[in-house]
Amino acid sequence: MDIIDILLSALRGAFAPEAAVYALAAIGLNVHFGYTGLLNFGQVGFMLVGAYGLAISVSTFGWPMWVGVLVGLLCAAVLALLLGLPTLRLRGDYLAIVTIAAAEIMRLVYRAEFANDVTGSVYGLQQFANPFFELNPIPTGSYGVGRFSYSERDLWVMLLGWTLVAVVALMVYLLVHSPWGRVLKGIREDEDAVRALGKNVFGFKIQSLLIGGVIGGLAGVMFAIGFQSVQPDTFNPEITFFLWTVLLMGGAGRVLGPIVGAWMFWFLLVLMDTSLRQALSAGYISDSILSPSDIGPLRFAVVGLLLMLIMIYRPQGVLGSRREMLLRDR
Amino acid sequence: MTDEPKDVQGAADERAELGDSEIVEARQLAEEAVEETVLPDESALAGLTGTPGIAKPDPILVADGVSRAFGGLKAVDVGHLEVQRGTITSLIGPNGAGKTTLFNVLTGFDRADSGTWSFDGRPAAGLAAHKMARRGMVRTFQLTKALTRLTVLENMKLAAVGQRGENFFNALVPPLWRPQEGGLEKRALELLDRFKLAHMRDSFAGELSGGQRKLLEMARALMVGPSMVMLDEPMAGVNPALTQSLLGHVRALRDEGMTVLFVEHDMDVVMGISDWVVCMAQGQVIAEGPPEQIRSNRTVIDAYLGTRYDEPGAKE
Ligand SMILES: Nc1ncnc2c1ncn2[C@@H]1O[C@H](COP(=O)(O)OP(=O)(O)O)[C@@H](O)[C@H]1O
Ligand SMILES: [Mg+2]
Repeated sequence: MDIIDILLSALRGAFAPEAAVYALAAIGLNVHFGYTGLLNFGQVGFMLVGAYGLAISVSTFGWPMWVGVLVGLLCAAVLALLLGLPTLRLRGDYLAIVTIAAAEIMRLVYRAEFANDVTGSVYGLQQFANPFFELNPIPTGSYGVGRFSYSERDLWVMLLGWTLVAVVALMVYLLVHSPWGRVLKGIREDEDAVRALGKNVFGFKIQSLLIGGVIGGLAGVMFAIGFQSVQPDTFNPEITFFLWTVLLMGGAGRVLGPIVGAWMFWFLLVLMDTSLRQALSAGYISDSILSPSDIGPLRFAVVGLLLMLIMIYRPQGVLGSRREMLLRDR
Repeated sequence: MTDEPKDVQGAADERAELGDSEIVEARQLAEEAVEETVLPDESALAGLTGTPGIAKPDPILVADGVSRAFGGLKAVDVGHLEVQRGTITSLIGPNGAGKTTLFNVLTGFDRADSGTWSFDGRPAAGLAAHKMARRGMVRTFQLTKALTRLTVLENMKLAAVGQRGENFFNALVPPLWRPQEGGLEKRALELLDRFKLAHMRDSFAGELSGGQRKLLEMARALMVGPSMVMLDEPMAGVNPALTQSLLGHVRALRDEGMTVLFVEHDMDVVMGISDWVVCMAQGQVIAEGPPEQIRSNRTVIDAYLGTRYDEPGAKE
């Protein structure tokens, strides 16, 4: 077992394209939950429509890639309205139920046989982001030290991904430090009080759901570009729960919370994965106890355990403020 | 609403939270407030007798046939009610009389089963709560609603109307809204000063004591610039000294030209301060009139006796 090797792999995981996708999607969730108190349990649905908006536009309809990106974002916006308009006047749990159901229904519809001509059903769609990779100025090669290295393709995707994360985080920073953000935070605390002060609470909640959803859609688009491939079963409900993990670990209601959370989540996940694999191959763990195919699920179990520990010892997340958190139940 | 039991708990907590110094401070405040008070101009309502539904010379709020039932229970069933502009009108009645429900209906927080009402001369029935507030009718809640994880100053600034930065696109461009913030802050601090909360400006509202939260809620309502303030039991669960201070603030609102309608189930509290008293029982307005008249009104006494809320010091 090589500790350095394991750490370098984990570090690689923390900044890999997937981490950028998770950071983006969790930023959207942060707008919903961290700043407005909306319970969205279907963020993966926004990613799905974003990713497929791009993939279908290009692969099925032959439209230019940039049109596909816009279509992806537009689909996320439409989804937000469809889910929000009927539910945001009702109690908070309605949104939770509707989002979780909608995300799962969409996955099933996109993978259905009858949708094959458009979505490619269970096989999905591939090769719709070629123009993006043709623009890659980075020479072929591997960059980094040891296991902490990326191909020129990865770097190019990461450059886009983390730039988007930075831009979106800046946007969220501006928003939550504005009077607009003040109203959202008020709604998070007590929407009736805010209503009594003359604010159109419903309108603000719709805006919040839209913005966070479109950011989720952007994460989906980013995912589709990075992997040049979409399959419906990538977008299963557990992604939403990983995103919640990311958000709560990093700190909800903090601009950088989801970003730090995504780094930590992927660092820990890859750390577990690599160390378990190495322990297995070095014979520290007998393969009568653990077979290589168990590692996938087990690493999530260990991350889940770590999340529990964080929630017990630092319930406000890494960046959250304890002083604020303690006020919640008063 | 079925929040009453919690209220009893809240009352005890809030009393416990107040320190001695706070009580002394509140008492001083109350005395100041009393001294400053100009005698109410009762002429507008002078000579009116206490028939339920009687017309007022210059009503800001006129309600007709407002009813609201929960299942079989008619929580509110008000034939006709007018509230005179620029006065303090108290809405009294035993616990469960329908005062909060009437408030909720009039302010757009609940829908009426039937009835119409107008505010400031314009029809207001069925208007959404935030639109009602925009029109100038701003309410507070029986269970104080401080926005706990916002600072006291943020609570205040949030309430201001006409903020350019509340538009999503403007929010992204601070130069478009920053200039407004200074003015808001100045106004907020003036109000906080008046309510003796200025030293708490950067504390989270959740860190305030129960009494301070009541004060904050009232101050915050004023940030909206209301013409009518609807206070739902602002004195509930507050120690006697703070009650006096709150009454002083209520008087000050009227002296600035606002109309105040406030709910209180304790008759004694309202007698000294009200220009007019409306008494509800079982959803209906059973009596209204000047305070002296209401105090000796047989129907009112019966309503209170009937529900055993007459004992001195009885609280919800
Ligand atoms: N949301 C509700 N659902 C059912 N019953 C309610 C509801 N709100 C109030 N009530 C009932 O309506 C009556 C009037 O209540 P309320 O307006 O709170 O009285 P008050 O404020 O005068 O004490 C009470 O009997 C109460 O139990
Ligand atoms: Mg009440």
